Amino acid sequence: MDKPVNRRTFMKIAGTSIGVGALFHVAPLLGATPGGRRIAALLGKENGEAPTPFSFVQLSDTHVGFSGPPNPLGTQAFEKAVDVINGLRERPDLVLFTGDLTHDSENPGEHADRMKLFQKIAGRLKVPLIKTVPGEHDAGLDGGKLFRDAFGETHYSFDHRGVHFIALDNVSLARPNVGPEQISWLKKDLARFPTTAPIVVFTHRPLFDLRPDWEWFTGDGDEVLNALAPYENVTVLYGHIHREHTHTEGHATHHAARSLIFAYPDPETGVPKKPIPFDPQKPFQNLGLRVVNEPGARAGSSPQIKEVELTLREYSGTVGIQQMLKEGVSL
Amino acid sequence: MKYARVLALLLLLAPIMTARTADGAEEPRAVVVTAKRFEFVPSTITLKKGETVKLVVKSEDVTHGFFLRPLKIDTDLTPGETQQITVTPQSAGTFTAICHHFCGSGHGNMKLTVVVE
Repeated sequence: MDKPVNRRTFMKIAGTSIGVGALFHVAPLLGATPGGRRIAALLGKENGEAPTPFSFVQLSDTHVGFSGPPNPLGTQAFEKAVDVINGLRERPDLVLFTGDLTHDSENPGEHADRMKLFQKIAGRLKVPLIKTVPGEHDAGLDGGKLFRDAFGETHYSFDHRGVHFIALDNVSLARPNVGPEQISWLKKDLARFPTTAPIVVFTHRPLFDLRPDWEWFTGDGDEVLNALAPYENVTVLYGHIHREHTHTEGHATHHAARSLIFAYPDPETGVPKKPIPFDPQKPFQNLGLRVVNEPGARAGSSPQIKEVELTLREYSGTVGIQQMLKEGVSL
Repeated sequence: MKYARVLALLLLLAPIMTARTADGAEEPRAVVVTAKRFEFVPSTITLKKGETVKLVVKSEDVTHGFFLRPLKIDTDLTPGETQQITVTPQSAGTFTAICHHFCGSGHGNMKLTVVVE
């Protein structure tokens, strides 16, 4: 029996870990049921644009330029992620990078070269749209100057197929803060939308207190979350912590992505904050990406609402990813 | 040169010094902490629960942060300036203060262990 569809569950975003990041499917269920059609029409009327099915990928913490024992392979995981995305059966509309695209350098020329290398690798992605926010390793030393020169503004918003995306910068002030100017901008940006609008926020650091003594927080994150609180469909994607994590608070669900350079351990295990050692036998273990979509939206399938699932283990790792790739593509 | 030696001696003794104010009240014990890329010196300090202590904190190279939420410490350390932060720990335990002003590639592991007995 179908689960009842309402405006809250309608836009749930389901994510799947695919070993080198995460794939998200936006869940419009358009035309799947009379209820779905009714809600889509209502959202279109209220928000100005009815949502239509699409998927997108989150990648994070590529740290181009990093070199050290936790990962002696440099950009190989990032390049593998590009291959995975290009090999997906269903091409995503969009790839979001949630910060630390590059590893910092004291030499601005060297750091600029790292940004160029990032762009060269990311430029191989066969997707229509790539969006980025900075991490502290991109923008913490110079207030984001180099990043803006290479990638444009560090905070902005855009609409895509009925979903409002908001890029937030919580690194350029050097401290883990968004800052009053950006929060004022956010409030004005949100004021244009009804509370039913589906919203995806992407940023680098967690906006809630995940682990302040590991610098896993945003000092004024509560002001951001208060601004988002009236909205019924909010998904926050972030990086920084180099591991998967899901947290729900109010109407917002927060998802952290794996890194593409090295992983941090689970702080709840009582271990110190040190990268998980590199294992040459499993060089891409614990690294990842994320893709978002709603499998139930496919034509002819039974209508269903998927809850958020970020760690479908059958898709984790390079073996599992094979299930999601086009025929003839292998890793 | 002599002045520098006296100053160095004072700084050395600061963690164990107490003094009296003009009205005779005992001044809090001073604990000196220096921030530099990518460490705090010393790396561990020990306080006593209920004891008021004056943390004398400075940076000797670039701007660092000094953040320890359980003691409500949240400040930047600008080179050339010394900050005095008075705290009275109310709970025993081991806490971690961090630099939360990005200072370079080793920033993520720049921490100070604060033991409250």
